Amino acid sequence: MITEQLYSLNNWLNNIPDFWWWFLFTLVKIGAAIGIGLGMVAYAVVLERRVASFIQDRLGPNRAGPWGLLQPVCDGLKSFLKEDFIPAGVHKFYYWIAPVIILGPALMTIAVIPFGSKIGNQSMVISDLNVGLLYTFAVASISVYGILLAGYAANSKYPIIGGMRAGAQMISYEGTMGLSIIPIFMLAGSTNLNAIIAWQTSAPLHWGIIQAPLSALLFFIATLAEANRVPFDLPEAEQELAGGYNTEYGAMKFAMFFMAEYASVIMGSAIFVTLFLGGWSLPLPWLNSPASNTWMGMLIGIIHICIFLAKTIMIVFLIVWIRWMLPRFRFDQLMDLGWRKLMPLALANIAFYALLLWAIAIIPTFFQN
Amino acid sequence: MWEKLLNYWSQSAPLLPEAIAFYILATIAILFGFLVVANPFSRAPINSGLSLLCTILSLAGMAILLRAYFLAAILVIIYGGAVVVLFLFVLMLSRKDFKIVFAPTRIRFAIGMIITILFAMIIVPIAIQIPVSTAVSDSVPIEGTVSAIGTLLLTKYIIPFEAISILLLSAIIGVVYLSKPETKGKSK
Repeated sequence: MITEQLYSLNNWLNNIPDFWWWFLFTLVKIGAAIGIGLGMVAYAVVLERRVASFIQDRLGPNRAGPWGLLQPVCDGLKSFLKEDFIPAGVHKFYYWIAPVIILGPALMTIAVIPFGSKIGNQSMVISDLNVGLLYTFAVASISVYGILLAGYAANSKYPIIGGMRAGAQMISYEGTMGLSIIPIFMLAGSTNLNAIIAWQTSAPLHWGIIQAPLSALLFFIATLAEANRVPFDLPEAEQELAGGYNTEYGAMKFAMFFMAEYASVIMGSAIFVTLFLGGWSLPLPWLNSPASNTWMGMLIGIIHICIFLAKTIMIVFLIVWIRWMLPRFRFDQLMDLGWRKLMPLALANIAFYALLLWAIAIIPTFFQN
Repeated sequence: MWEKLLNYWSQSAPLLPEAIAFYILATIAILFGFLVVANPFSRAPINSGLSLLCTILSLAGMAILLRAYFLAAILVIIYGGAVVVLFLFVLMLSRKDFKIVFAPTRIRFAIGMIITILFAMIIVPIAIQIPVSTAVSDSVPIEGTVSAIGTLLLTKYIIPFEAISILLLSAIIGVVYLSKPETKGKSK
């Protein structure tokens, strides 16, 4: 009876048209990626609080569950059960839409990140776009509206200052971010994230961070600035702005701003891993090439996903660590660093790699004659 | 009956949804384009700025329907992510009671009509020439639209490209000059 049903299920799976096959698997991949992503967001908060505590010689939240692992459940329940209070005098529509605009793009980035090589015949990326990285930039550039609108909608002093700071900061560092990875495009010859990983696994010591170390540094700094993390957390500077753009928010709407910050940290880390740390690969015999279509290959495919997640968590840990080690910039220092130091450095980096690639292409032709 | 519909959909999957998406995006673009200049509900300038953003996003959506992914991404990054943010930035700095006055006088109406007709004279002939449902990137090489656009910019369109960059450079120099603090009569 059961075997018959399994047989018919198998038959049904084998006979659905290509379009629905693609539809079904994309849906599964979206569900898994968003689920793992949001789970990581929840535990990034715990990680942040525990690491902060250890750095400051405290214990941190360790009561809910073993090692405080149930803390996100408590925080989430509390946010949901709190009264959804709307202060008087806010611009209602923008007040409602701002948390959505900020959290949506942070999660949409997941669509183009290759979080594994292959399981069976399925490529472990939701959408293998040719302009993958530009898509992430486009989506990230929309999230600034969430902060700007939150600041505007609250109709009070501190949020509006926070919103303006966020707008100025994100525009300033977006330029550096875009310019910093152009050497990677030139070296890999593609903007497709899978192609960039293929380039990194093509030879030993071919990871982006070794081939273009300055790009990695600039991109990392710009990621910190885009996610409003220390030392660039001026939009939400507690001491000066009473919390910044989210001052007037409470309950789940505030929690959504909080989640968006960690989501953008995790997505930024995932992109950094993909561009500079070889994505799902490790320079070992079985792990350096896409998994094959066998049972053994499926196991390797799962190991690839674990490698990717481990690398991402390492970068998230680094970002958390930085937060509790560095003081905040002053706003004029932030602008000075962005426009007069990082931007020229990024341009010089592009010129250097363009000249290098040109020299590599042109010098062998002298020796041919 | 359902099976037939599903079969039809799976065979012609790219066709029908694309047409529906196009009409939705076109409606959004026109609707919000109207709201940018003449919003009957609110005169707050920030609403105009956000309507402009919605128009730009739906135009980017149409570029995606034409498989011009690079163009769509650049449209969102440059216009959505930078230009409109700067607009909003300035609008948020402006006074609270500042409102856009929509007062069409005859002269303004006449000037508007002349500009509209001139614009239509450029757009309509081009629009008529292009056959319906042409994908932009079908004709370009397989390696993607990025290198194709780059090659075109640095070969065929090099002179307009450089002319625009000189125009932008002069605009930047002008802004720097204008925003310089007054030093007249003072020794710096």
